[in-house]
Amino acid sequence: MRRTELTADSVAGPEPVLEARGVTKRFPGVLALDGVSLALRPGEVHALVGENGAGKSTLIKVFTGVYRPDGGELRYRGAPAAFATPMDAQHAGISTIYQEVNLVPMMSVARNLLLGREPRGRFGVIDAAAMYGEAERVLAGYGVETDVRRPLRTLGVGAQQMVALARAVSVDARVVIMDEPTSSLEPREVETLFGVIAKLRERGIAVMYVSHRLDELYRVCDRVTVLRDGRLAHTGPLAGLDRLRLIALMLGRDLDEVRSAGLTSFDRAGQPRANGQAPVVEARGLTRRHVLDGVDVSVRPGEVVGLGGLLGAGRTETAKAIVGALPLDGGQVLVAGAPLRGGSTAAAIRAGVSLLPEDRKAEGIIPTLSVRENIALAALPALGRAGVVSEARIDKVVEIFMRRLRIKAASPHQLVSELSGGNQQKVLLARWLAVRPKVLLLDEPTRGIDVGAKAEVQALIDELAREGLGVLLISSDLEELVEGADRILVLREGAVVGELSGDEVTEERIMATIAEQADG
Amino acid sequence: MNREQVSRTLQQHGAAMVLGVLVIVGSLAFDSFATPENAASVVVSSSFLAIIAIGMTFVIISGGIDLSVGSLFVLGGVLAAYGSRSGPLVALLLPLAVCGAVGLLQGLVIARTGMAPFIVTLAGLLGVRGLMLAISDEGATTYLVEDRAFAALGQGQLLGLSYPVYVTAALALAAMVLLQRTGFGQNVYAIGGNEQAAALMGVPVARTKVYVYVMSGLLAGLAGALNAARLSSGVTILGIGLELDAIAAVVIGGTLLTGGAGGITGSVAGVLLLGVIQSLINQVGSLTSAFQQVVSGAFLAFVVVAQRLLSKAQRLT
Repeated sequence: MRRTELTADSVAGPEPVLEARGVTKRFPGVLALDGVSLALRPGEVHALVGENGAGKSTLIKVFTGVYRPDGGELRYRGAPAAFATPMDAQHAGISTIYQEVNLVPMMSVARNLLLGREPRGRFGVIDAAAMYGEAERVLAGYGVETDVRRPLRTLGVGAQQMVALARAVSVDARVVIMDEPTSSLEPREVETLFGVIAKLRERGIAVMYVSHRLDELYRVCDRVTVLRDGRLAHTGPLAGLDRLRLIALMLGRDLDEVRSAGLTSFDRAGQPRANGQAPVVEARGLTRRHVLDGVDVSVRPGEVVGLGGLLGAGRTETAKAIVGALPLDGGQVLVAGAPLRGGSTAAAIRAGVSLLPEDRKAEGIIPTLSVRENIALAALPALGRAGVVSEARIDKVVEIFMRRLRIKAASPHQLVSELSGGNQQKVLLARWLAVRPKVLLLDEPTRGIDVGAKAEVQALIDELAREGLGVLLISSDLEELVEGADRILVLREGAVVGELSGDEVTEERIMATIAEQADG
Repeated sequence: MNREQVSRTLQQHGAAMVLGVLVIVGSLAFDSFATPENAASVVVSSSFLAIIAIGMTFVIISGGIDLSVGSLFVLGGVLAAYGSRSGPLVALLLPLAVCGAVGLLQGLVIARTGMAPFIVTLAGLLGVRGLMLAISDEGATTYLVEDRAFAALGQGQLLGLSYPVYVTAALALAAMVLLQRTGFGQNVYAIGGNEQAAALMGVPVARTKVYVYVMSGLLAGLAGALNAARLSSGVTILGIGLELDAIAAVVIGGTLLTGGAGGITGSVAGVLLLGVIQSLINQVGSLTSAFQQVVSGAFLAFVVVAQRLLSKAQRLT
């Protein structure tokens, strides 16, 4: 069925300008792309969507010459292509706008815009006056009116993004790849961007548009390709593709599929554990420009609250904001009724709120230290007197948690980097449990760990909640969320768009809530 | 001018302004300061450091550092004196070839392996010093410049200033054009400002870095050769720690040690500022010249703190 759809699709459209045919890309231990095909036609705006780890960025990097595919073929303008460097791809006419502005902040706006193709005067020397004039002219077309001699960093993020866009488009591009281009734009700037995209389409330039904002996709894109776990999940026209169906494709859930129960190790005998107690942590109106928009969250003792939503909806940011790791424009966090002041993680930890971060390697584990040291790290202030830490007390705490969490290590003195991913995660859990928190925020606690360890971590979350710990659970795994949480808040574009509890906590309801029109 | 422009102007021209103030104050305070002789002496003795600082400016703007230039300066002098036995051309080209080659080697290692410039050029500093000691029998042998034509390059005068001053001025002008008005110069700024972004914008990062270190090596060798011509000998003990003077001058001149911003005029002003401070301390008489290093050091610390504050002010606007 899908095959016929694909064939019909490629026959109907014009010859693709950029095409991946069965592209495979392997990294040590991971198959990032598994036989992915995608055809980009001139004059179309093609959406590329998928959850974290689906292979979107890898595919973009294959297209732009950052990675070379291990298998399959890349075709550009009807001939096989192999780009050795991003420069090669750029010279061939493939421009990319990255999510983070990838320009040089200290250089002037004009030099950023025209780097590599500055107007030349006599003796091949750069003609500064002509350069500034051209920069002003080009940028005016993108609604950016500024002194182009100023360093780029003095511009707002949106204006910087516009400069990046102008740069990408004004080289002779045939293909423009936009990776989350609107994530830092104001609504007015988004309109300008859409205007530019419309002009590109008229000029016959192919645009690949990567975004999680479904409203935008439906406004500007003609076709869509969905990736999931490194494989092609769907490709076809966007018009007529139901929102709910698109989300189901991204998350890998078939709506008609009978829900299988009990795949996770949560044992949530159906009755809510929260019992009308006052919330142990309560966040009110957390707001940060472009990131969070008045998020309210509360967790009661013994309650597991899930945060649902697509990547980029503000789940991680909410957790970080609660522990003071994300500067806020507005909002307040109350712990046991008392406001948390100072916006520092140290204050949050003292008050009993701990975060197990999403990125174990970058934000959690200290690989050069032992299991014992990693566990004791956060609890050190609590384990000593007058700044002197008792070794015996550390040993005791470490021993208790290693046994209780069944951490498999040769000894407490083994380097934590030598443990498996699951055991590293348990070490991190132990670190935060050792400070005796009232609330534990878990950001993707089971990502990247094997099935057995996953089950153990899930069982542990259950157990901790039963003992009265409040838990905020963030997970992209819908099953884990549904079976582990008593209550689920669904986020979209930095705002809470729905709260599900009791019988409403189902995968279908979560997806339906995500899919609801923002203005519908 | 708004606050951002003020802070930017201060960053770019602060060294020149302080230089101007010091010259005026010095002229008013000491009769023997603002004489043509003293001015010529400051300018001439600054010119060798200025040549090195020009190369260092490129290196630091690209986000790197070159610690080998002091050793290369000495080696260049010894090689020039040694080569002067075979005529003026060899005396000039031998140090350039060897010092350029050392720069090339360092540049290739830094660009290809991604090793830290600090370590690579520290190895260069030690290795080159060893090479120099080997050539000069651990300093026991001093080569004299035996070629008249070559010695004239360092000693000849025009309008009361010796030739190296004109060479320095010409090099500074060429470097300004290279840095501000060519693709290569833009690439140097881009790499120092954000290396990853530069690569994505199509800048040949590795090649540009190699060029920068070759240039720094060549200029250090040239400065050494000119100095040997001026002194008529390749002295082996001068130049220890010269790399730090060059870095200090460049930073005082407003180039950010983190790369991405700065310029040649600032570095030249920084070199002259160090020279003027030394001259003023000599004028005071009661202070030893060791005191000059204390003042220079304090000034450097002041500049670094000021830069930090200035760049903060620019970001806030």
